[in-house]
Amino acid sequence: MAADPHGASPGLAHHFDSYEQQKESATLGMWLFIVQEILFFGGLFFAYALFRWKYPVAFNHGSLHLDVTLGTFNTVVLIASSLTVAMAVRSAQLARPKRLVGFLLGTAVLGSIFLGVKAYEYHHKWVEHLVPGPGFAFEGPGAENARIFFSLYFAMTGLHALHMVVGIAILLFLLKPAWQGRYTPESHNLVEGFGLYWHFVDIIWIFLFPLLYLAGRHHIL
Amino acid sequence: MNDSKSATTDPPGYAPVNYLNETWGLKSWLLTLDHKRIGILYLISVSFYFALGGLMAALIRIELATPQGDLVSPDWYNRLFTMHGVMMIFFFLIPAVPGVLGNFLLPLMIGAKDVAFPKVNLASWYLYNIGALFSLWALLHGGVDTGWTFYTPLSTSYSTTHVIAVGLGIFINGFSSILAGVNFMVTIHRMRAPGQGWFRLPLFVWGIYATSLIQVLGTPVLAITILLLAAERLFHIGVFDPRYGGDPVLFQHFFWFYSHPAVYIMILPAMGVISEIVAACARKRIFGYKFVAFASVAIATLGFLVWAHHMFVSGMSVYAGAVFSILTMFVAVPSAVKVFNWTATLYKGSVVWETPMLYALGFIGVFVIGGLTGTMLATMGLDAHIHDTYFLVAHFHYVMVGSAVMGFLGGIHFWWPKITGRLYPRFASKFAAIVVFVGFNVTFFPQFILGYLGMPRRYHTYPPEFQTLNVMSSAGATILGVGYLIPMLYLLWSLKFGPKASANPWGAVGLEWETTSPPPVANFAKSPVVTTEAYDYAARAAREVPVGG
Repeated sequence: MAADPHGASPGLAHHFDSYEQQKESATLGMWLFIVQEILFFGGLFFAYALFRWKYPVAFNHGSLHLDVTLGTFNTVVLIASSLTVAMAVRSAQLARPKRLVGFLLGTAVLGSIFLGVKAYEYHHKWVEHLVPGPGFAFEGPGAENARIFFSLYFAMTGLHALHMVVGIAILLFLLKPAWQGRYTPESHNLVEGFGLYWHFVDIIWIFLFPLLYLAGRHHIL
Repeated sequence: MNDSKSATTDPPGYAPVNYLNETWGLKSWLLTLDHKRIGILYLISVSFYFALGGLMAALIRIELATPQGDLVSPDWYNRLFTMHGVMMIFFFLIPAVPGVLGNFLLPLMIGAKDVAFPKVNLASWYLYNIGALFSLWALLHGGVDTGWTFYTPLSTSYSTTHVIAVGLGIFINGFSSILAGVNFMVTIHRMRAPGQGWFRLPLFVWGIYATSLIQVLGTPVLAITILLLAAERLFHIGVFDPRYGGDPVLFQHFFWFYSHPAVYIMILPAMGVISEIVAACARKRIFGYKFVAFASVAIATLGFLVWAHHMFVSGMSVYAGAVFSILTMFVAVPSAVKVFNWTATLYKGSVVWETPMLYALGFIGVFVIGGLTGTMLATMGLDAHIHDTYFLVAHFHYVMVGSAVMGFLGGIHFWWPKITGRLYPRFASKFAAIVVFVGFNVTFFPQFILGYLGMPRRYHTYPPEFQTLNVMSSAGATILGVGYLIPMLYLLWSLKFGPKASANPWGAVGLEWETTSPPPVANFAKSPVVTTEAYDYAARAAREVPVGG
């Protein structure tokens, strides 16, 4: 993973025999890291499954307090960012540094839009007293257990948003070497790894959106 | 491979210029990417936290020498055993064998120049230390009193101690463990020398692989549990709080989903060490190589399916309990496979009674007792009687102290000549190994009886009729403490005054013995190619290599 500019093979770390070995190691490492991420989120998904099964009314009515329009908008934004990331990885494979930088910046912009919308939603929940804590107030069916729904909403989307922030930070760190053309078709494992990570974060959202925003919608339709 | 000017005085294969002295200065150590130096950094760190945890154990045993609470108040007693558990489990046992021996040996054993991600490897050590410092800070500011298990609602609603600081420390340390696991798994998959198929790997590598699997799959669940615990404590999110419909038992499920497999993180690499020592000291191919290898993977896999045996009395359906009880007993099968295969390896072997061998034999004996009492605890009816008594404490320490620490010490003694290029005194080290074995058994065997008679754990007073056995236990702890102190002294002594070691002082088979002692920075003068199975002692005997250091 480490870029080592000296020597006959630019970008090949000293302890690897070939680019292929280095690439395979980096990819396997990233997949294993994603496996642990799945288990990290897995605890929350398990808690969600358990409490939704126990308190379906609270979850349905809690879900109705989420803004499904903004959620849908954010889903589209994230899917679009997955496309730009895929294009960025392809640009690295084809050794086109300017396009790589462009697609990375595009991804950063889309990611930031997502986070901005999320922040707006969080603020709205705060105003509506739906943030678990001393000021929490929920009226209507399922009020006894609605706190758990909103706790899980904030834990799951918050952890997801944190992953987005980390992803954008990594992305910014990639921009300079990308502009300098340091990512060659043989050696661009950081870009590949970042791409895998970003897709993973997107996929988490693809699960969060229906579980949180759409869970109670079938009652009105 | 020898330096020409000192070749006349140094033993064959001793390298005057090696990874230890090629560069100098604090910076060359703190910023090193060399897996061997990182192993030594881990050795220094884990030794410190072992000493700290040991100190707290000493205070506990002094308190328990009399039935009255005379040394510490009940509150401080709670903090003592909690911090003892936290230090020993998260900051010693989990990183000890993988961090020290795994780091040092894994690339050597597979003929690689380093682990797959050297920078991540160094980052793991720093994360470990940052995590440990959080816990140390909490300790210095009054510690935490919930027990190392952090059960809710005590940890979320009632404890006024530093639950979040310690939790954060364990959280950060968890990512050290996860990254180390990822690093080792990729290294084993992608960095093996040409010709080294999976069934030519030393069994220590199999042990590390199985351990890494648990670290990668289990630790993140603990991480999210700690986050939820902290959120519950800070914001009352309700997930673990029955007032809002939450479930405290859910915390126990989450916690043990990691923390039961975590005991296999502690024992599996030590088992790998024992396989290496037994083969080398019996000068025989390990009996049933594939069974021992797959037993590690089987223990890691089954380990994920047994967590709720910690919760038989926490409120669980009797059918679920029965399933977890039976699955727990299954773990005894691969464990027993290992014990039988080590024994079969010794049978008709030409056993040499070196210090590592004494630790290995101690391990096998102690592990049998620890393992068998584990199946006793797995039976639901009996567990209702001995749950949360000293019987459990004794079982746990037989596996985690008797077995895991003895495996760690055996491994340190086995590879010390390779790590440092020095030999330690034979007599003193054998004496210490026997002192550890005796001290350990005198400490913990009485606790089985105490627990069976009904002495609960985590109390600082007890009825007077239990005093004899408690005094025995405290006396044993003193012997055990001496047994741990002696190696610390002569190993440090050996760094300067010990005789220089040859490349292969035990006459053992394995790539790590084919390079110099200590190894060069790049591990091997020439990248090795593997042409034989592991433990090919028959071929070695045919070559008539001289034995002994």
